[in-house]
Order: sequence, then structure tokens, then C-alpha cells
Amino acid sequence: MGSYILKRLVSAIPVLLGITVIVFAIMALIPGDPATAILGSYATPENVEKLNRDLGLDKPAVQRYAIWLWNMVQGDFGRSFSLNRPVLDEVLDRFGATLVLAGTSFVLCSVVGVAAGVVSAARQYGAADRGITFAVLLGISIPSFFLGMMMILLFAVRLRWFPASGMWPIYGDRHLWVLLRHLTMPALALAVVATGVVARLARSAMLEVLRQDYIRTARAKGVPERGVIWRHALRAAMVSIIPVLGIQAGFVLSGAVYIEMVFQWPGVGRMLVDAILKRDILLVQGGVVFVAACYVLFNIVVDVAQSLLDPRIKT
Amino acid sequence: MSFLALLARNRLALAGLVVMALVVALALVTPLLPLADPDVTDTGNRFLPPFSEGALLGTDHLGRDLLSRLLWGTRLSLAVGFAAAVIAAVLGAAVGIVAGYYGGRVDNLIMRGVDMLMAFPYILLALAIVAALGPGLLNALIAVAAVNIPFFARNIRGITVGIAHKEFVDAAKLAGMGDGRIILSEVLPNVIPVIVIAMSTTVGWMILETAGLSFLGLGSQPPQADLGSMLGEARSALITNPHTSVVPGMMILVIVMAINLLGDGVRDALDPRLRSGALSRPMAATMVRREGPVPQPEGEALLALRELRTEFHVKQRVYRALGGVSLGVRPGECLGIIGESGSGKSVTALSVMGLVASPPGVIAGGAVHYRGEDLVGATYERLRSLRGREIAYIFQDPLATLHPLYTVGDQLAEAIRVHRGVSRGEARSRTLALLRDVRIPNAESRLDSYPHEMSGGMRQRVGIAMALANDPQVIIADEPTTALDVTVQAQILSLLDTLRREKGLAIVFITHDFGVVAQLCDRVAVMYAGRIVEEGPTQAVLETPAHPYTRRLIACVPELGEGKRVLHAIPGLPPAVDALPPGCAFAPRCDKAAEACREGDVALHGGARKVRCLFPETAPETDPETAAEAAQ
Ligand code: SF4
Repeated sequence: MGSYILKRLVSAIPVLLGITVIVFAIMALIPGDPATAILGSYATPENVEKLNRDLGLDKPAVQRYAIWLWNMVQGDFGRSFSLNRPVLDEVLDRFGATLVLAGTSFVLCSVVGVAAGVVSAARQYGAADRGITFAVLLGISIPSFFLGMMMILLFAVRLRWFPASGMWPIYGDRHLWVLLRHLTMPALALAVVATGVVARLARSAMLEVLRQDYIRTARAKGVPERGVIWRHALRAAMVSIIPVLGIQAGFVLSGAVYIEMVFQWPGVGRMLVDAILKRDILLVQGGVVFVAACYVLFNIVVDVAQSLLDPRIKT
Repeated sequence: MSFLALLARNRLALAGLVVMALVVALALVTPLLPLADPDVTDTGNRFLPPFSEGALLGTDHLGRDLLSRLLWGTRLSLAVGFAAAVIAAVLGAAVGIVAGYYGGRVDNLIMRGVDMLMAFPYILLALAIVAALGPGLLNALIAVAAVNIPFFARNIRGITVGIAHKEFVDAAKLAGMGDGRIILSEVLPNVIPVIVIAMSTTVGWMILETAGLSFLGLGSQPPQADLGSMLGEARSALITNPHTSVVPGMMILVIVMAINLLGDGVRDALDPRLRSGALSRPMAATMVRREGPVPQPEGEALLALRELRTEFHVKQRVYRALGGVSLGVRPGECLGIIGESGSGKSVTALSVMGLVASPPGVIAGGAVHYRGEDLVGATYERLRSLRGREIAYIFQDPLATLHPLYTVGDQLAEAIRVHRGVSRGEARSRTLALLRDVRIPNAESRLDSYPHEMSGGMRQRVGIAMALANDPQVIIADEPTTALDVTVQAQILSLLDTLRREKGLAIVFITHDFGVVAQLCDRVAVMYAGRIVEEGPTQAVLETPAHPYTRRLIACVPELGEGKRVLHAIPGLPPAVDALPPGCAFAPRCDKAAEACREGDVALHGGARKVRCLFPETAPETDPETAAEAAQ
């Protein structure tokens, strides 16, 4: 197992490099002089010259990329001009909040989505199946940012169950209960779409598995239907569900950008949008590379989980 | 059925189509409608509620008419979404075709790049592009299109690879056609339908994504507004004037939902598996819808089938897989059921314990008596408690019939534990004993193996061990040796034979192989087109087959007990069980068929040896005349 994890980590290196190349290439699209663009309103001649020297912006592209990459490897993601602090510090501060939000939503969408899919398949064409199918359709069609706004109207303004925004109250203690109250609505709003997608996939994966010969064997053994569904069929269906969960993690992370805007959640997504509006290029660049790298690493976790589940995968 | 007809039959998809058509039509005629200018502000009339004088949906924070802004915004959102879809499709298809057509290094390089792009959570890529190009609707459009290119590229590449190796492409190359022309004239026409379908399923997504970027303030810039930026601007007044948010939000919801419904309909209509209804989940036990009287138990058989009729109901058609099968097996006896594939022998086996997949299977008549108890009429819970405990199965291909993700030990222990409350330790020691019973060497170390780690023969031994787990009275073996090679086959057969003698098991052995029957079975029943056509002691049937079909079957076997014996040499095919000819089902292939054979139903007649034929080869206990009488 250890060697498998190592192997996957090594194979992630070219992907990580690819990510930096792509981000670098996109940033090369910036029209005009890069130093001026990065500095924006701070573009005094001295600053431009200093930045050109620091980042080697006047050098050829390959050299520029090498400098940038080498700096990042050493933990230097550059400096945010709008916030006047190192990019990495800011990203790390914000990433925790995103992780709490996206992580909760991811767990929600996995558990609820799979359960709904299983029930739906087990009761194919029954009332529960129809209900779930309709809910799924609604779930995958509603824009999460609109759903979030409607949730605020209903649960925060009208019913006053949950606070409308933020991660922590401005005054008062920061303990788990307070966090959960703030987290509930954004996490739910963020999870809805992914839950729908997972439920759909889990349903069809279950239907596929339930037709397999080994399910008939389980029945021939006298395994009760409950065991057939949850022990035999679900276990096998998970093999095709887990990779999709990995993909959904990316969608949850993406959706978090909208949800963080709607609920004023202090995460990386909101930071990125603010940075774009303020033209803080280095902050955008660093944030994108960092989050994408985390996502690549997360997918290794998914692969490892898959190999633990399926003994047929060579580790 | 044509694609459109299928689509139309799906009412939800039709609803989606109608809604989408309405929205698009509305967006098209918007410039012609007598609407207020969407961008003219009127701060005196801010936040008018819906149904106000002169503003059907009210006004926004700058006093602009919401209805007008909604329609213009919809127009813009649709246009941007469609444009993004078209750009992504065209560029993605181009990349995919190049990669798929040229293959090799080009393909490798391109697909690596595509994989890299797909390693991003999509919005990061979009945000990076917008950050570089600057906020604005056009840039948001470019970003959304770019982010979706890999998806199209990957899909189209897959299709192209398939086409690039077809003969007509090779022929075109030989004829000296250039690559460009081949791509345009041979590849593209085959790829376009796929592109269109991929577009129809992603355009909703693109509309949503561009609206999202606008919502974040990175797309359309004021005063111009698409649905997303309307929603984004309304957010600050969400609590005081929710209608300004609800109006554009609902519109996005309606559009995306309509497109999703339509996309689902398209997908369902194109997926052939859904068309045949094959994706239905089999229920816990075969559906029973018995018509006619239920036969009463008789005779001293341990397990007895009486006039069993099993059908498959697929859409409007009914396939009569079993047309009244009667059989019995006594304790310690081995009964063989032999026939070509499709003769109904497996369905017979599976019907006993309600294991015929249902839908589409239905037990439509007859009875299965086990110790006098009718299993067809039994409750599911009763049936389940008998499954594996009193009557156990061994199936054909143990690689497919053992669960791939549980160890052999777990699967065996489960077979015990579902019927008896034993501790884990007890189950394990019993499991070990079972593996020894079926002569698996190093049983201890095998417990933690997975099925894929074993050889075919070992796997089937596990299958047999599982059947023996609860000391059943009857074992139904459905072609248990077909997937194995000849030596292993012989080992398994002798194992079964020993076990039968040791434990006094009744075995029903399904096979298409007379050699196997000769080796193992006391009696044999020959099946054809869902009915038994001959039955009797193995020796007698083999030596003096009475039914022309049996005779031909035996004639096809080159040498008993040797080589691969397959029943293929009989001219003609067994009749489709949904279109059985009247009279004898074998008549179309029988060289002795006469008028009488095609007229009435031919009955199974005789005592210990039974035959369903008007002109049997050897008349065991009856002469043709009584047989003819029996037919009437
Ligand atoms: S009944 Fe007639 S057609 Fe049928 S098998 Fe006998 S001889 Fe042939």
C-alpha cells in the first residue's frame, strides 16, 4: 500500500507541473506590459523596475517560468499588492474556511447522494424512486447561488433559524456550535447540485450491479434483500461511484466560489473574485495554483480509497 | 422506433422542449415587443413591486423595468451560452479529431494536455482566464468555452479513433486522398451527430456557468445585463426587495431545467439498453402471476415441478420460456436436464427458487413442490429461508457468480450466517471444513483470497462449497463445468458425484453435454423449446433415444467423454419461444415431420420413459398409434 501511495504521488508531479505551465500560459495572455498589469494603480516607474527585476519579467518566457516555479517550490508565491502581504499567507488563511465549507458539502453530497441513489434503485419505479428522481432533477437545475439567496430569505430572514452570512459572528465566542450554525446553509446550498449528480450516478450504478450474476448468487444463498442491496450491490457499485466522487469534489470546490460570495464566507473563492476585480494578478495566480494542487492531491486520496475498496486493482 | 418518436413519448422531455422553444421564441422576438428600454433608469420609481402600473414585474434598484430587463437578459444569456457551446464544440472537436485521426505522438501529446486541463476544478481555470483578460462578458464567454474544450476533445477523440481505423478511411488513403479531405468527407460526417448531442447536453451547463461569472461581477458589465448579473445586482437588495432576485433566478432555473429534461430525453432515446427495458432491476424473487388451477403435490419426489410455466414479458411481447415443465427428483438421485441454449433448461433451474430475473420474468402457472410445499405460492420470507439452506445452487461461471470484492472466506461464512446464528469463529472453522470438503489444498490460506486470485477450477470448488454450506437436501447445478477445461471438468464432476454419495444429495444437473450426463446422472430429461421432449433412465435414453431430437443430439456428440462437445450440428435453429409453431415444436427441423405433427399439441406420454413425439424412433412402451391418440 505504501509503495502504491508513493507511486501515485510521483505520478502527480507531471500533473502539478502541467498545472503551473497552464496557469503561466494563461497569465501570458495579459495584454500589455505584465509588470504594469500586475501593479495596476501601483505602477510607479520604480515599482515596475523592481518587479521586473524580482520576477524576471523582462526575460524570455522560459526563464520567467523557471524563476516563478522555483520561487513557488521554495514557498514564495509572490506578494499581493492589494493586501500588501505574501500571497501564500493570505491563501493559507482563506483556504481553511474553504476547506470547512467544501469538505462538509462533499461529505454531505457523498453520503446523501449515494443513499438516495441506492434507495432509488432498490425501489425502482416506486414512489420513493419517483420522488428522488424529481428532487434530483430540481437539484441539478437550480443555480447554487440562487438557491443560496432563497435560503437566506427563508431560513435567515423569515424563520431566523440561521445567520444570513459569515463564518463567525463579529462579536462572541468562536466555538463549534456557532460555526455549525453559520455553516449549515452554505454547506447545504453548495451540496445540492453535487448530491443530485451523485444520486443519479449511484442509481444507475446500482441498477447495473443488481443485474450481475453475483447478486443472483447472493439471493440464491438466502441473503435477505437488505443485505443484497447494501452489502453486496452497494459495495460493488462503489467501484464506479468513487471516481465520480473525485470529480464531484472539483465541482464542489468550484461551486464554493459562488456560495462564498452569497454567504460572505471568508474563503479562497471570494478572495479570488475580489483579487480579479482589483486586478491583483499575483494573488489570483498563486491562489489558482495552490487550490488546483490541493485538488490533484485529493484525487490521489480518491485513488487510494478505490484501491482499498477493489482488491483487483494492482497496488 | 425513430429517435423523435421516442423523444416525444417521453412526456417530461417534451415538456422541456416546449418550454425551451417558448423561451427561445420569446428571446427572438424581444426587440419587437413594446417593452420599456431596459437600461433607462428612473430613480423615482425604484423597487416597484410586481404588477405595478406600467411595470408588470416591477422595477429594480434604479427604477428600470424588470420585465424588459428580464427578456433582454434572457436573450443575452441564451446567446452567450449557445455561443460558448458552439465555440467549445468546434474547437474541442477539432482538437479531438486531430488527436484521434493522427494518433501516436500527436494524440499522446494532445491528450496529456487535455488531462492537465481536466485536473483543474473548472472554475479555477475560468477565473484565471478572466483574470488575465479582464472582466467582461466576451471574456467570460471565452473562459467558459475554453474550460469546456477538453470535454469535447476527449469525447470526439474517442469516436474519431474508432472511425480512423475503418476500411473506408483506409480505402480513401489508398486512393491518394489527403488527410484534410478525408477528415472533412469521411470523419466529420460521422462525428457531427456526437458533437450535436454533446452540445445539447452541455448547453444548459454553459448558460449556468456564464450566468455564474456574471453573477460574480466578472461577466457582463453595467448597464448591460444578462440573467446572472441581474441576480448579482439584486443581491444587495435581497432582503428588502426579494422580487428583483426571484425574477432572474427563476428564469435561470426554468431554462436550465428545461434543457436538462430535454437532455435526459435525448440520452434515454439514444441509449439502446434503456430502450429494451433491460436496465430494470431484478426483484428479490420472480414475480408470480399464476393462471389456472394450481397442481397438487403427488408422488414421492423430494422436489417436483408440476406443469411449470415461466414467461418473459418484454414490452408488449410474451416469451413463453417454459411451456409446462414437470419433473421430479428423489433423495440421492441425480437428474440431468439437457438441451441447447435457449431450450429453457436454465430457466427451469432458476424458477425453482424464484431466481429468474423479474422483470421481465413471470411464473405464469404450475407449481414447484418441495416436500409437498408449494414454493411458487410461498411468501418471499419463506422462500428466502429455504434458499441455500434446503435447496442450493451452483452456477456456471464462478468468476461472474462470486462477488469480486469479498474474500472467499467471507462469502462462505455469509452463506452460513444468513441461516444460522453462529459466531464469527464458528463460521470460520465451518468455512474451513467446507473448503476441505471440496478438496481445496491449503484451505487455510485460501480463506482470505479473492475470487480473481484463484483458478477457474478452484473458484468452482468454492461455488460448490458455498452450495454445501448449510447441508442442503437438493443442489441445482446450472452448467457448473461449462466454463472449465476438460481435466478440471472431470475433477469437478467426480467431486460432485462423491459428495452426492457421501451426503445423499439430490442433484438437478443442467447441461448441454451428453458426456457429462452419462458420467453423473441417473435419469435425464431432454428439453426443447421450453418443454421436455424425452425423459428416462440415462442409459436407456443414450442407447435408444426415442425422440428424433434426442437422437440427433446424441449423433452430434463425436465420442462420449472426449473433447469439446457442443450441440451445434443440427440444421436449423430452435424456434423463438414467442413464435412457437402449432403442434410439435421440433417439426421444422425434423426429418420425420408429417402433417399430423403440425396440427395438434403433442403430449408427453409413457411411464418411466416418456417421449413427446408422434413417430418416436423406438417405441419404448407405446406404439405410434397410441401416441397419435394421446396427441388428441
Ligand atoms: S412429433 Fe413429428 S415432428 Fe415432432 S419430433 Fe416427432 S416426428 Fe418429428
